[in-house]
Amino acid sequence: MKLELLINQKIYALDVAPDEMLADTLRSKGFLSIRKGCDTSCCGLCTVWIDGKPVLSCTMLSFRVAGKAITTIEGIQPEAEKFARILAAEGSEQCGFCSPGFIMTVIAMKNELKNPTEQDIQHYLAGNLCRCTGYMGQMRAIKTYLRGEVQ
Amino acid sequence: MFTIESLHQPQTLSEVKQLVEKYPDITVLGGCGFLKLSSRKIPVALDLSRCELEKIHETEQHIEIGAMVTLRDIEKNPALNQWFDGALPKAVSHILGVQFRSCATIGASVYAKYGFSDILPALLALDTQVELLRGGRMPLVDFLSKPITRDVLTRIVITKDKRRVSYQNLRNAGADFPLLNAAVSKHDAEWKIIVGARPARAEIAVQASKLLTSSAYGTVDSGTVAMAASMELAFGSNNKASAEYRQAMCQVLVKRAIEEVLA
Ligand SMILES: Cc1cc2nc3c(=O)[nH]c(=O)nc-3n(C[C@H](O)[C@H](O)[C@H](O)COP(=O)(O)OP(=O)(O)OC[C@H]3O[C@@H](n4cnc5c(N)ncnc54)[C@H](O)[C@@H]3O)c2cc1C
Repeated sequence: MKLELLINQKIYALDVAPDEMLADTLRSKGFLSIRKGCDTSCCGLCTVWIDGKPVLSCTMLSFRVAGKAITTIEGIQPEAEKFARILAAEGSEQCGFCSPGFIMTVIAMKNELKNPTEQDIQHYLAGNLCRCTGYMGQMRAIKTYLRGEVQ
Repeated sequence: MFTIESLHQPQTLSEVKQLVEKYPDITVLGGCGFLKLSSRKIPVALDLSRCELEKIHETEQHIEIGAMVTLRDIEKNPALNQWFDGALPKAVSHILGVQFRSCATIGASVYAKYGFSDILPALLALDTQVELLRGGRMPLVDFLSKPITRDVLTRIVITKDKRRVSYQNLRNAGADFPLLNAAVSKHDAEWKIIVGARPARAEIAVQASKLLTSSAYGTVDSGTVAMAASMELAFGSNNKASAEYRQAMCQVLVKRAIEEVLA
């Protein structure tokens, strides 16, 4: 199928199969921040934004996002870097494999929720798994980031 | 992962109807959460995303939910949060994460009649009808009692009434499937008690609901009714919980739900 996808504000003319998932399309175009962790819609590693909302690119058919704005972490690098530095300072950036998806969800949450409580944060991030940390460092990093403190 | 040989993207329901008649084995693509777990070869796939079924529409008497509405849209919808004590948004909010709920659709979730469903008990507690392309409109409870046939679910219609509703669930871990869930509603004097993930599909505890409805408040206590519900329904065992545990926990969830409705 021939279609145009708007990725990080740039238009890409693509030829995709009808069963191609967005994670594969994005990786084939060099967006290697997109990782496939579980491939069963559970881990959140492949999170991207569609029209600003976080979705699982491993579960989203590519043809369905034609005409919508796709954002990967490459498209929000300065903001992502700001939070990533806080994550690293809290020692919660270990193998780093889950970080791009995790960072995309945290920034989406910051854009969507006003003054989230710890419970709101846990609920919003329930779909992002990390097998290295115990989530405590990440929670500290998120709170620091939401308070607007620069590391 | 499934593969698709040919894809159809109709724009109207009459086009969908023609396609369904032409290809009786056509596969509807919902949010693909479950489909992608299989390695099915799909000869003909039907994409409903251009058929205006991605909206929640509130009329004076109903809330109509298109089949392609995502679980996240339901969770955030102001009307659904305002009516029925927000029971439906509450029920979907337990399903995996935000990103998954932005993919999974209500049409597939209801059509597939999953036993573990968080959604079915909440919908059964309301006055819910389903609209099928071939089968027409029918109460959800009737739809659930029929065997799955080839059809397309297009809409879910909920009557706006002033019922009080409570949804309860029990999970071994946060984003896991529920090992048991329950919903209780009270509309005027009529009570409905539903228990799901037994692990069989959600079902109304008819006798326990009648017991509660026929008793003036205060004459039957919530514990007795919860016990009646747990005796009336069948429970099974799987890797999440034993039948005995489910039966015992059924009493806890139903009692809690009744008390929440009365609060
Ligand atoms: C890992 C995982 C965990 C989950 N955990 C839970 C949970 O805890 N609680 C819970 O309630 N649910 C849970 N679910 C189920 C989920 O909420 C959805 O119900 C499920 O993914 C199906 O929705 P979908 O849009 O992804 O459907 P799809 O995978 O696209 O479709 C599922 C089936 O429905 C058919 N179909 C799709 N749309 C229609 C339609 N409009 N008319 C007729 N047939 C249709 C498809 O052909 C297919 O056979 C889970 C799912 C996954 C993958």
